[in-house]
Amino acid sequence: MAEPEAPQVEEEEEEELPAWSLPADAVERIGIPVEWPERVDREWAWGGSTGKGVKVCILDSGVEAGHPLVGEVAGAWAVSLGEDEQAIVEEDDQGDQCGHGTACAGIVRALAPDAELYSVRVLGAGYTGSGPVLLAGLRWSIEQGFHVINMSLSTTKKQFAAVLHELADSAYFRRTVLVASAHNMPVESFPWKFSSVVSVGSHELDDAFTLFSNPDPPVEFFARGVDLDVAWLGGSTIRVTGNSFATPHVSGFCALVLGKHPELTPFQLKNVLYLVSDNVGGGRG
Amino acid sequence: MADGDLRAAVAAGVLGAEELYAQLLRSVVEVARAIFGAKASSIFLLDEEADELVFAAVCGEGEEHLVGTRIPSSTGIAGWVLVTRQPLVLEDLANDPRFARDVAEATGYVPSGLMAVPLLHEERALGVLQVLDRPKRSRFTLQEMELLGLFANQAAIAVDLLQRAREARAVLQEDESVVARLAEAVRALPDEKREAGLKLLASLESVLRD
Repeated sequence: MAEPEAPQVEEEEEEELPAWSLPADAVERIGIPVEWPERVDREWAWGGSTGKGVKVCILDSGVEAGHPLVGEVAGAWAVSLGEDEQAIVEEDDQGDQCGHGTACAGIVRALAPDAELYSVRVLGAGYTGSGPVLLAGLRWSIEQGFHVINMSLSTTKKQFAAVLHELADSAYFRRTVLVASAHNMPVESFPWKFSSVVSVGSHELDDAFTLFSNPDPPVEFFARGVDLDVAWLGGSTIRVTGNSFATPHVSGFCALVLGKHPELTPFQLKNVLYLVSDNVGGGRG
Repeated sequence: MADGDLRAAVAAGVLGAEELYAQLLRSVVEVARAIFGAKASSIFLLDEEADELVFAAVCGEGEEHLVGTRIPSSTGIAGWVLVTRQPLVLEDLANDPRFARDVAEATGYVPSGLMAVPLLHEERALGVLQVLDRPKRSRFTLQEMELLGLFANQAAIAVDLLQRAREARAVLQEDESVVARLAEAVRALPDEKREAGLKLLASLESVLRD
């Protein structure tokens, strides 16, 4: 089996400034050439974008490559635990162990047809090790420099919360957007509640491009997640409902925005999503 | 109470718990089926030691004798729901050839639609409740999703409570002579000392649990 080829991470210029301060003579050097319009709307946000150049990772059950609604998967890896409890990341040829990852990949593909899709499979190695596998898979995916990581997974185990929090913050500062499914059951779960991720719940409208910003967080956005047709195993399609299907819609929007505005940080991207939400004003009113 | 009587009482308690547990699981699937007017409902419970899901109860279509069948804990739809803690509603599942084959082999009944919700209580994931073939209406609604979650939450609290009681009773059964002596000692205490004795036992329990 060939070594997995990690997606290329753009080389960053060497850091010249002190990490935590800004000398006066450095002010000119940190100009950020971005022009914000008077009003951010969808035309500015993603008009003309196909998600080209954006790497989207589906952290899930695997993805069925070649599915008519998914097309090419640029790379696939599986995470498991070795005998010494160390995480192992290997190239994955098992496809999808459930159908869910394929559904997510198909949703992103439909919205951002030229985005590069990657699969990191964190399911299939048993329930008992699923917490450490999730952490290892997320850590590895962040290290690869994917621009967007779509994750429907959450854990209720408090012992993992602190590490997940650190990982979510590290993704945030590395310009990797974590898009996580909100959990609408009455239990405490992570990482969707962290402010460094973009959390998504479902709305009931039958339109893939309808997006709402929630004025009453912690769930930040509502996307289409009720009764929609999605890619499933064996080249099939099925009809589904769940927040975990709303999430890849927002990952798709992120890919579209980043395809056009690659300089945006996760914080700014979240703001753009807010500004183009249908209930905010930059939507399609 | 003599040792023998206590032992008999403990044994009866354990037997009662098993019966109650089976009744509870049965009731959960029956109510789930009734709420949604579905053809069937089933429940998988997590066997943490074996790291597998065990088919624990079923009502409606499906084979009662398959209760006890084991499936992997992190693959397939039930495994996905357990690991991710996210509920899923899927229709037209018969389109998926692998699902149709696997499920037909496992249960002899291939549903076309399925709602699956994790049974979660506090930090514990206890299993997965499935509701099969609810009547097709024009569109699924978030209200139904919420109902599914609320019911699963109630079921999970009950299952967790009974599981803990079973575990405690199993320990009691194993160590019944020690526990019986302890219980007898507390029972024999004069009223004014019994409260202190019970407090001591509660502290001991809290130390043992930490």
